[in-house]
Order: sequence, then structure tokens, then C-alpha cells
Amino acid sequence: MKSIAELEEIRKKTLEKISLRTNADGIRVVVGMATCGIAAGARPVMNAFVEEINKRSLNNVSVSMTGCIGVCKLEPVVEVIDKDGNKTTYVKMTAEKAARVVVEHIVNGQVCLDLTIGAVEK
Amino acid sequence: MRDLSLHILDIVQNSLKANSTIVKLHIFEKAECNKLGLIIEDNGIGMDSDFLKKVDDPFTTTRTTRKIGLGIPMLKESALKCEGEFNICSEKNIGTKVFATFSIDHIDRLPIGDVGSTMTALITASPDTHFILLAESVKGTFILDTEEIKKTLNGEDGGSEMQNLISINEFAVIQWLKEYINEGLKNIFGGVLNEIDS
Ligand code: FES
Repeated sequence: MKSIAELEEIRKKTLEKISLRTNADGIRVVVGMATCGIAAGARPVMNAFVEEINKRSLNNVSVSMTGCIGVCKLEPVVEVIDKDGNKTTYVKMTAEKAARVVVEHIVNGQVCLDLTIGAVEK
Repeated sequence: MRDLSLHILDIVQNSLKANSTIVKLHIFEKAECNKLGLIIEDNGIGMDSDFLKKVDDPFTTTRTTRKIGLGIPMLKESALKCEGEFNICSEKNIGTKVFATFSIDHIDRLPIGDVGSTMTALITASPDTHFILLAESVKGTFILDTEEIKKTLNGEDGGSEMQNLISINEFAVIQWLKEYINEGLKNIFGGVLNEIDS
């Protein structure tokens, strides 16, 4: 059975890692969570981002959500915003595509052009 | 929506958009009348009565009302199609309360779904919001209060030293929360709802 006591353990372990943390010039991942996004599977996409980011110990990436991005038929939609405010909009996301965006875009700085809104709307 | 947990995510997303700082979620089972109930209450900016009248009607949900979205009429439909009830009340600058019930044994009742995932998605995205989840059935009560979790995470001294601050959306915490919630709900609703084994 899970108990609150386990949180104490997690706290101790996390404290050791946390001192290395920098939050400056972070990348923001914003997942569209309007009704249409949720229905189209935004929740597993968001979870995949959180998981991949943790797996690679990326300390300067935050994940959050927003409502309507305005393109229902392309949901789930995810925006990746770099430290200079440049925005890349990814559409029709899945958990697998999320993993790719983390590796190629967030880690290696290569935008996954084929997944962006520009590529799809052509 | 495929299950209740997705409806919950959707409705609470509205609460967050409405600048709520506290969101209370109450899921309860009333065995006597075969009902599963859901109450989502927030302290957001609320809606005035004109808007409220329109909000549960999908046909008035046009561009101008998109900020509330289709989520409310969809939840209403999910409740009504299994002989449940739906109600919403809201007061400007006080908050909004959404109430829905579902007949447990009705063939069209949605399964409860992955409430743990919904909660952790919400907490990840909005770590400063105070979320309270309360689940109740004949088998007992389960409560998750994010303020309590934050207190535990910040240690005995309440995190007065900056060093001791651990955010609730730290991955290890989020993962623990998801399991803790789902296990808690399983204890409360296992065997009570046919989709969850006891
Ligand atoms: S309601 Fe679908 S993108 Fe806005």
C-alpha cells in the first residue's frame, strides 16, 4: 500500500538532485487542453513529455497546459517555446511523437519539421 | 469523452482558466440509489446568470462562448444519457460548482477512467493551485489534498530554507501521486463500480 511516509523518502532523494537545478533560460512545452484536445488524446501526450523529459534529466524544461489553440481538427496540439520566445507548433501529436520531439528538438535543437503545423497544412 | 476522468480534466481546465486557486473534486457513490456522483467546485471568476443559462446548451457554444467550451454540455449529456442528473451553479467572483450524477448500472454510464493521470496532469500544469480530491463510498473515504502533500515535501520546518523546497510537480512526486490516487480510488470504488475489481 502506498503511504504518505513514502513521500518522505522521495523528498530526501529528490533533494540530492535538486541542488544541480537551473531554471534559467528554460524551454516551455505547452499542451492544448481544450475539450477537443482532451478528447483527441492530449493527456497521454502531456504525460509522455513529462516522462521523457525526466528520463533525460532535462532540468530546464517546463510542461504546462493551455485551452483552445484554435485548430480543433489538428489536435492534440503542442507548442514548444524556446528561451528566446520562438514558438514551434506541433500538431496531431501522439506519445511516440512526443518522445521524438524531446530528443530531436529539445535535446538536439532540431525542429521536427514534418510534425509542425506548417508541414501538415500544406 | 471516453471516461469520467477525461470529463474531469476538461471541467477543471475551465476552472483553471477562470483563475481558480482552489479546486475541489468530490466523487461519491450512493449505493442505495445506484448513483455515482461528481461535484467540481472552484473559486474562480464565475459566470453571470445570462451566461450560465446558455452554457450547458451546445448550440449556443459558438466562438464567443468558446472560453467555456463544449465541455459542460458534453458532461451533461454523459450524465443524462444514463439517467443521471446535471446541474451547474455559478456566481460572479465567487466560483462555480458543477454537479453530475450517473446511474451506476446503466449500460451507457462511462467508466471512471484514470483519475490519477488526470490529477497529475493538472498538478503538473498548475502546481500552485490547491487541489482537493475526495472519494467516498460504502467502503470509506479517500482524500488527497495538495496542500498537505506540499507540507510533507517541504519538511518539518515548512521549507524555510530554500534548499528544502521540493516542488509538487517534481517527476518522482507526480509518479507517486498518480499511483497513490489510483490505489486510493481502487480501495474506495473497487467492487462498487463494476469496472474496478476489489
Ligand atoms: S476548441 Fe478546439 S482548438 Fe479550440
